[in-house]
Amino acid sequence: MIPKNLGKSYNPALFLLALCLWLPAAHAQEKPYFVTYSHDLEEPGNLEIETKTALAEPPGSHRYGAVATELEYGVRAWWTSELYLEGQATSQDSTLFTGFRLENRFRPLMREHLINPVLYVEFEDISGADKTILEVVGHDGQSDLASPNGDARREHEHEAELKLILSSNLKAWNISENFIAEKNLGHEPWEFGYALGAARPLRSLASGRPCNFCAEKLIAGVEAYGGLGDTAALTLRDTSHYIAPLIGWQLPKTRLSFSTGFGLTSSSLDRVYRGGLAFELPQVASWFHGSTRGAQ
Amino acid sequence: MNRRAAIFCLALSACLVLCAASSSRWDHVPAKDHARTNPLANRSESVAAGALVYRDHCLQCHKENATGDGRKKPSLRSERLRSATDGDVEWFLRQGDLGHGMPSWSNLPEAQRWQLVAYLRSIQ
Repeated sequence: MIPKNLGKSYNPALFLLALCLWLPAAHAQEKPYFVTYSHDLEEPGNLEIETKTALAEPPGSHRYGAVATELEYGVRAWWTSELYLEGQATSQDSTLFTGFRLENRFRPLMREHLINPVLYVEFEDISGADKTILEVVGHDGQSDLASPNGDARREHEHEAELKLILSSNLKAWNISENFIAEKNLGHEPWEFGYALGAARPLRSLASGRPCNFCAEKLIAGVEAYGGLGDTAALTLRDTSHYIAPLIGWQLPKTRLSFSTGFGLTSSSLDRVYRGGLAFELPQVASWFHGSTRGAQ
Repeated sequence: MNRRAAIFCLALSACLVLCAASSSRWDHVPAKDHARTNPLANRSESVAAGALVYRDHCLQCHKENATGDGRKKPSLRSERLRSATDGDVEWFLRQGDLGHGMPSWSNLPEAQRWQLVAYLRSIQ
């Protein structure tokens, strides 16, 4: 018997959670970076849903938590497309949606090389209240994160961001370098930044028996990121830089990752705590095209 | 003149067809990689470990029994795979075939790719 109030109590979030738990999951061997990109792209036809949370307390302001929810789809083996939805909550202030980003990553070379380039193109429509720190460019600093939400949300940023991602997989290591150029589509200068990362599983050999808390499921690494000034002042003065040890844990249906970023300059936040939770749905395209036709 | 041109075109087409028929995926593998042997082939746990790697990364496309979907995701129980050396298979896993939908698995540790090679050998 179907309860009469089923329609009223239907909760889309619960439905999605149930769907995720029921569906078979794929395991992408992705790195637990929060800012750096490697040349690993989403497998074609797969959809990854990931949240990246940043927690910090700018001096003279209140603690905040900012969340970016990422929908990442493998369009082709050489092309991945992503949508980010972002928001934040600041203690003793407010909670608000801060905007979205659309990004695409392309591998121009079809073969694996010692250094593999990926081209990254992004459009951002975010407010000044965005605090997710998904990249640091120009003279971004802690003062940008300290404004009250009521003031910061009035600033709208339409930005284009380009990245050159260079990445190498050597034995069990991944080493990645990102060079970032960002332009507010208003009349503001180009801003530059960087992100560097290195990571590897704690054990490179698979053990041969199913396990969750074993060394090959844990990936440890470190990333460093910061601003490099802008075309008006191409200098490291008043720029922010961070170094962040990180750890990732691959579970059967999810991937967890954590990091603590340590600010290295007076413009940087002292600490940024990050957590990530990812779930990958395999071959989503085949849901709509029949079981024998996935994206290729 | 036209007859000569037609014969030339026919001969050229025949050559191209023969070349295409005689070349295989493994002809592109560098000699150094082609000659490599699986360093983990003699380890007893390699096949079981490779089966788990297969389950985590390959099963979603190539299916549980590795027969693929009969279309773009090919069977891994094939003459093509049987004719390959261990080095060929490891090279292909590392490179992928991005233009045809096969991702590169260079992000797996090399040791796990060799374990996967051991598993793929075991199911032929």
